[in-house]
Amino acid sequence: MLYIFCPHCGSRSQNEFAYGGDATVKRPELNKEISDQEWNNFVYLRKSPRGKHLELWHHISGCRQWIKVERDTSTHEIFKTYKADELTE
Amino acid sequence: MSQDFRLDNIGMVNRNKKISFTFNGKKYFGYEGDTIASALIANGVHLVGRSFKYHRPRGFFGVGVDEPYAILQLERNNERDPNIRATEQEIFEGLEVKSVNCWPSVNFDIGAINNFLKMFFPAGFYYKTFMWPPSFWYKIYEPFIRMAAGFGEASIKHDKERYEHKYEYCDLLITGSGPSGLASAYAAAKNGARVILAEDKPRYGGSLLTSDVNIGNQTGAEWSEKIITELKSMSNVIVKNRSQVFGYYDHNMLVMSERISDHLPKTQKYLPKQRLWYIRAKEVLISSGSIERPLVFGNNDTPGVMLSSAAKEYMKVYGVLVGKKPLIFTNNDSGYETAIEFKKNGVNPLILDTRKEPSSDIISEAKNLGIEIKFSHVVVAAKGYKKVKSADIAKISDNKKDLSNIENIKCDCICVSGFWTPSIHLASQSGNKSEFNEKIDAFIPKKSKQKENTIGSANGKFTLEETINEAFDKGYEVSNKITENNNKVSIPTVVEKKSTEHDKFWCVPLPKGKSYKRFLDFQNDVAVSDIELALREGFRSIEHVKRYTTLGMATDQGKTSNLNGLQLVSDIENKVVPQVGHTTFRPPYTPVSIGAIVGREVGKHSKPTRKSPMHEWHEKNNAVFVDAGVWLRPRYYKQGNETLFEASKREAKNVRKNVGVCDVTTLGKIDVKGPDAAEFLNRVYTNAWLKLPVGKARYGVMLREDGIVMDDGTTTRISENHYHMTTTTAQAANVLSHLEYYLQLVWPELNVNVVSTTEQWAGAAIAGPNSRALLMKLFPNTDVSNEGLPFMGYKEADLFGIPAKIYRISFSGELAYEVNVESDYGNFMWEKIIEVGKEFQIQPYGTEALSTLRIEMGHVAGSELDGRTIPHDASLEGLVSKKKDFIGKRSLSRSAFTKSDREKIVGVVPLDKTTSIPEGSYIVKDPKAKLPNPKLGHVSASCWSVEYDNPFSLAIIKDGKNMIGQKLFAMSPLKNKTIPVEIVSSHYVDPEGKRVRA
Ligand SMILES: [Zn+2]
Repeated sequence: MLYIFCPHCGSRSQNEFAYGGDATVKRPELNKEISDQEWNNFVYLRKSPRGKHLELWHHISGCRQWIKVERDTSTHEIFKTYKADELTE
Repeated sequence: MSQDFRLDNIGMVNRNKKISFTFNGKKYFGYEGDTIASALIANGVHLVGRSFKYHRPRGFFGVGVDEPYAILQLERNNERDPNIRATEQEIFEGLEVKSVNCWPSVNFDIGAINNFLKMFFPAGFYYKTFMWPPSFWYKIYEPFIRMAAGFGEASIKHDKERYEHKYEYCDLLITGSGPSGLASAYAAAKNGARVILAEDKPRYGGSLLTSDVNIGNQTGAEWSEKIITELKSMSNVIVKNRSQVFGYYDHNMLVMSERISDHLPKTQKYLPKQRLWYIRAKEVLISSGSIERPLVFGNNDTPGVMLSSAAKEYMKVYGVLVGKKPLIFTNNDSGYETAIEFKKNGVNPLILDTRKEPSSDIISEAKNLGIEIKFSHVVVAAKGYKKVKSADIAKISDNKKDLSNIENIKCDCICVSGFWTPSIHLASQSGNKSEFNEKIDAFIPKKSKQKENTIGSANGKFTLEETINEAFDKGYEVSNKITENNNKVSIPTVVEKKSTEHDKFWCVPLPKGKSYKRFLDFQNDVAVSDIELALREGFRSIEHVKRYTTLGMATDQGKTSNLNGLQLVSDIENKVVPQVGHTTFRPPYTPVSIGAIVGREVGKHSKPTRKSPMHEWHEKNNAVFVDAGVWLRPRYYKQGNETLFEASKREAKNVRKNVGVCDVTTLGKIDVKGPDAAEFLNRVYTNAWLKLPVGKARYGVMLREDGIVMDDGTTTRISENHYHMTTTTAQAANVLSHLEYYLQLVWPELNVNVVSTTEQWAGAAIAGPNSRALLMKLFPNTDVSNEGLPFMGYKEADLFGIPAKIYRISFSGELAYEVNVESDYGNFMWEKIIEVGKEFQIQPYGTEALSTLRIEMGHVAGSELDGRTIPHDASLEGLVSKKKDFIGKRSLSRSAFTKSDREKIVGVVPLDKTTSIPEGSYIVKDPKAKLPNPKLGHVSASCWSVEYDNPFSLAIIKDGKNMIGQKLFAMSPLKNKTIPVEIVSSHYVDPEGKRVRA
């Protein structure tokens, strides 16, 4: 079970969190004309990298904040965690 | 009481407390502190089971977790516990155990015929034999295998014992209380670290209890007693015995099972049977020690053949002799320690040493004690069927290939020592890649992967001096890193006997003309010949050889067999062991009961139960409840002998005719507040929200980004910047997460806050033509007329002194209101509604009537919004704004979602007006069409229309909008029904929606 550092609450067990997927995906702006292909990429296509990955976790049984976690997908090593509005490196 | 094999002046069992127990129905005595194994051996019993494949007689091989044979079935308080290791289970008064895997008895086992048919049981036997035809599996092969194999028998009754889970955090977890565990725990604890020291056995001390050493002028046992007493008195230390750390998981979480009551006749009040500890440790020191390796020779599985260290522990800890004419067969000095112990207790052993001319302190001591030693000698084969009676021994050539001077020697046990294997299981589970150490012919942990270090003999350190020094240093070093304290304790002086090098020889060749079985894996009956066969058949990877032969599998996890198996493969393949590699060690290190894993989350405790504030009233009024997610909701209120069908029809009819009240507390409620709340809702919902006035409610639909409907509900503008959102019961949590996602990550510039208020409000839906009349009496000071409180209006009012909120919204399709009060007043509100409603013929209605009402109105719910439908499919396209953008809008223009024959919701009525259509039925054109019959869609919800008194269903079918009036068929292959139906509008009752506005 992972041990995730929530920037708001401190280190907590994985079972307090829900996984939220790739944190690098950016939603297209509202009211912007975009192609089917672009929209499709946003809704469906995700990379599944081996190694470092920036992902979202939701501290649902804690502060209810969405946070960004930089994690190695093969070793589970967590390098750094960020608040939702914090700039990532 | 006479115990022929009990020694009087040695051992740690409590001689003042006799304990009786039964084994296979026969009564025996032992002492408090005995295990089943030690007590049986004291009584001269060695035959305890039959082997897995060949049903060969099985005795005791080890003395603890390493025991591969003595696995028994235990009964306690009419509860069965299968697969108990006799070497671990302590005896208690009234304990009943029996052998497994033998029928009809351990002495006469029919399955033993397999032993004579062994040419038919080679490696991969099951794969080769039980393959074809597949139909034989179920009826013939599986029952056969189950009967012939299988260990214990699990109870099929509910386990009434209590198991608990515990979460713990510490600076340092130490797994094992042998010399390295004690020393490191002491050093770390004295340096201020929060330490957990876990010991698998009842007694602390590990090898110190049995070895002849001196630490700081005390015997090993005395020193360990002193250290453990001091550790127990320290507030920063938790010391646990009977506790096995069995798994090492990610981010330094380890799991330990504590056997709290397994050694007692009955679980004590307020205590669980077992407790599972989830331990998050900053650092881990693995001090799990090492297990002696067997030597391999003919019939080495005969009862009476056992590890020499086990024989020593039976003497020193339990005061029990495993034999009176012992043969010690060794390739290193450890066998001598056992021999010396025998001699000290008045028994004359014979040592066979594979080495030619070794010399060391220990060997000299043995010689001085007059123990007979034969160098360059081996055991060729054990003789005797149910117990060792003698052994064929031989001289072995210097190159270890040829045997000579074979002779038969009388003996009653053979204690073997093939050197030591570090227990690296936990280190390996943590991800530590081990490395092969030539000096000890075994793997030891390599570079730390997580925050773990392995110390002592688990790390290949086999002298006490090295172990103690390393452990004190590590304990200090690790604690210093965490606490930054510098309290270093002094390391005591160690006196031990020096030993010399071991012999790498471990497998005795077969004499000419003999085909003895030489076993590697005692639990799974894997012999040398099986590995040879697997390699001949082309298996090369050690992982494949393992699975093909079953070497190192099951509960044993290769504790005694692993390395010898690897050695054999490398010998045959002419490789060195590191090239062959070892198989993966997986948790659990030792078996863990399912009860402990599940803990207290069983039965109704497997998930929380949520009840509305009116729950007790429902109970008192004969409500029959249904699970709605984690909520309990009244399904119907039973009157007399009514069935569900009769009751729900009565309740629904009463809503249409008079007035009904339904508990809607379970609906999800979210407070949306902030200056940008309107803009936020406008982006979340498909319809327009910017112009909703204060005091008005609106129905809304929200989508996922892929265009699929996520949820629906009404949201009311309470004040300028405050909205009250409702969600379906099932989606409440998802919707909140969804809103938080957009507010925190996508549109952080919006000044809005959301919070769940589901628990804060109790809700009652009052529905039916009499509802306004009832409301007027409930709220005499509030104008609830059609003009004062129009459809989709909202008002705050006073309910007999209690502040209430009235929303004029309707799910039933009737004139209806939802009244909310703070949860604590829920029951008061409910009772008032019932009391005042009497004169209007009010009746409470449950979820079944609620469904009926919404289905015949064509209101969609979870069965239509099932994660596959877009607004069009549920006839909600009118709510989709063309002007503004919102979550998921771009997806709605995808070609699949704009097809002209897109699925749409319709109503379905059986032509005979009597046959109910099962939910999930297919709608087809031709019921006789060839299978698979092309389906047009499926029936999502069915009810008995109380308006028309005939069955009515909703269905989502292809090109639904053009299907109205068509005669089709509903088919339910599951219920074997084909029903001719007519497709009608989904709005079966009051299609214009006049009633809700009345
Ligand atoms: Zn948090």
